[in-house]
Amino acid sequence: MNHAIEFEALAKRYGTLAALDGVSACVPRGQVIGLLGHNGAGKSTLIKLILGLIAPSGGRLAVLGQSPWRAHALRRRIGYLPESATFYASLSGRELLDYLARLKQAPRGQAQALLDRVGLAHAADRRIGTYSKGMRQRLGLAQALLGSPELVLLDEPTTGLDPQATRELYRIVGELRADGRCVLVSSHLLAELEPHIDGALILRQGQLLAAGSLDALSEQAALPAQVLLRPREYAMPELIARLETGGLSAQPRADGRLELQVPRASKLRMLRELLADPAVVDLDVREPTLAQLYDWLGAGDRSTAEVAA
Amino acid sequence: MNPILTVAGKEFRDDFRNRWTVALTILFALLALGIAWFGSAASGKVGFTSFDATLASLTTLGAFVIPLIGLLIAYDAIVGERDDGTLLLMLSYPLARGQLVAGKFLGHCGALAAATLAGFGLAVAIMQLMQPPAQTLQAWLHIGRFILSASLLGACFVGLACLISVQTVDKSRAAGLALIGWLISVVLFDLALLALLVVSGGNPVERAVYPYLLLFNPVDVFRLVNLTALGDGAGNDLLTGMTAHHTYSPLLLYLVMLAWATAPFAWAMLAFRRKEV
Repeated sequence: MNHAIEFEALAKRYGTLAALDGVSACVPRGQVIGLLGHNGAGKSTLIKLILGLIAPSGGRLAVLGQSPWRAHALRRRIGYLPESATFYASLSGRELLDYLARLKQAPRGQAQALLDRVGLAHAADRRIGTYSKGMRQRLGLAQALLGSPELVLLDEPTTGLDPQATRELYRIVGELRADGRCVLVSSHLLAELEPHIDGALILRQGQLLAAGSLDALSEQAALPAQVLLRPREYAMPELIARLETGGLSAQPRADGRLELQVPRASKLRMLRELLADPAVVDLDVREPTLAQLYDWLGAGDRSTAEVAA
Repeated sequence: MNPILTVAGKEFRDDFRNRWTVALTILFALLALGIAWFGSAASGKVGFTSFDATLASLTTLGAFVIPLIGLLIAYDAIVGERDDGTLLLMLSYPLARGQLVAGKFLGHCGALAAATLAGFGLAVAIMQLMQPPAQTLQAWLHIGRFILSASLLGACFVGLACLISVQTVDKSRAAGLALIGWLISVVLFDLALLALLVVSGGNPVERAVYPYLLLFNPVDVFRLVNLTALGDGAGNDLLTGMTAHHTYSPLLLYLVMLAWATAPFAWAMLAFRRKEV
């Protein structure tokens, strides 16, 4: 069993509204996968289905090898951090983790280890009501790791975290991956998420726009690389003309550099030529980002027009 | 540990933490002592009279107060978690929805029963110390019956509160419904029966039915359990009028209370299973 999550023609309808409309994909174990899409794309519905909190209207879903609907024991193997997690304000961090650890039948003492791991040991005995948003979010991560789950679902985990805490969170996510666990991260912050994920599931209006590794998705999209050139002084017009002859349109930027969109297929050849060009002083290559891929797929497009996928 | 007991333990401790249990213990003790000392003030006499007279007054008062407390302590059991955003987290843990409701029900019932036992027990202990009366076994049985039936009455309304909490979408609606439930069971139900009694004028067939109508309200069953045991309906007009020619089996009364304590709660468990989250 290589997949943590498998679904086929999975659908969830609320009356006439199709929150998920026949989506199929697999999420491998030992990987960090981004779950992307705008509000209403079906991310929360998919997470609730994976947790077995709602029943699918159609299709097949297997989580860690079994159907999750009302499979309470399965949830011992899943960790979940809800979006903008709130907890019982009158409990202390330690009391909350002890309570949840009992519910999950996690080993005794794990609560303290997790408080240390997320950097909350100093505030463990303070009431959660006095925690900052970032501290609550870290407590949320700690409870999601109770019982050493095989599958961890993180819904907007970095909301309210400062950059240092965000790095800490993704460090822990990296450790989970190294440990062979599967992490599904839902987030709007694509640039922040990109370096930490192996692949993505991209949803729009209940449809799966794309699923796979970031490399495969970039390959499929064939988005051009962006090349920024700094020309030698007075050589700019000459360089633009030369590039246009070669079929590339160069846009001058306010910072004095030229911006080129270089097709994936001819990227290496173009770079060699540019490096050999005496009019070029400096050169900077930017690969297409997750955000560009997301836009290209039309995931951010709220219109009902079909995307050119 | 069983998840029901884990949840129940947390709710029980929360009621302690929120001072519910202590406040109720003090309230019950003060009510009992107040009634014991000033219960016969109308006849110009202040001071302890008898346990039975005190229990009769306490039953009347308890029939008003305990349902309200049962509803207040648990009306937000589920809807409160929904409002506060903790429900989804709880449901992502390995426990069935019915187990969550059951744990909350048991925890609040336990807190209420503990306060009942501690409050009234404290009052009895103080009465014993201040003015040791010659206690008969009978009087102790009446006290025990009162505490047991008061705890069961509390459980009936904690169950009803759980049902309201499962079926409503926000806390304010749940609070409103809880108050309506209290008004119906404590005031309106008895008023309707009294009206029926007066209008029908003692038709023999109807008189055979009345004693059973009282079983449809746990508050009346609570009164029946205690007042009929103390004899002569203990001055309650409705009970005297309705049950003049009827004797209840104590076992039946306890079974009815038990049914009232479990039915709304069981309904809440089933209803919660079908709720969308």
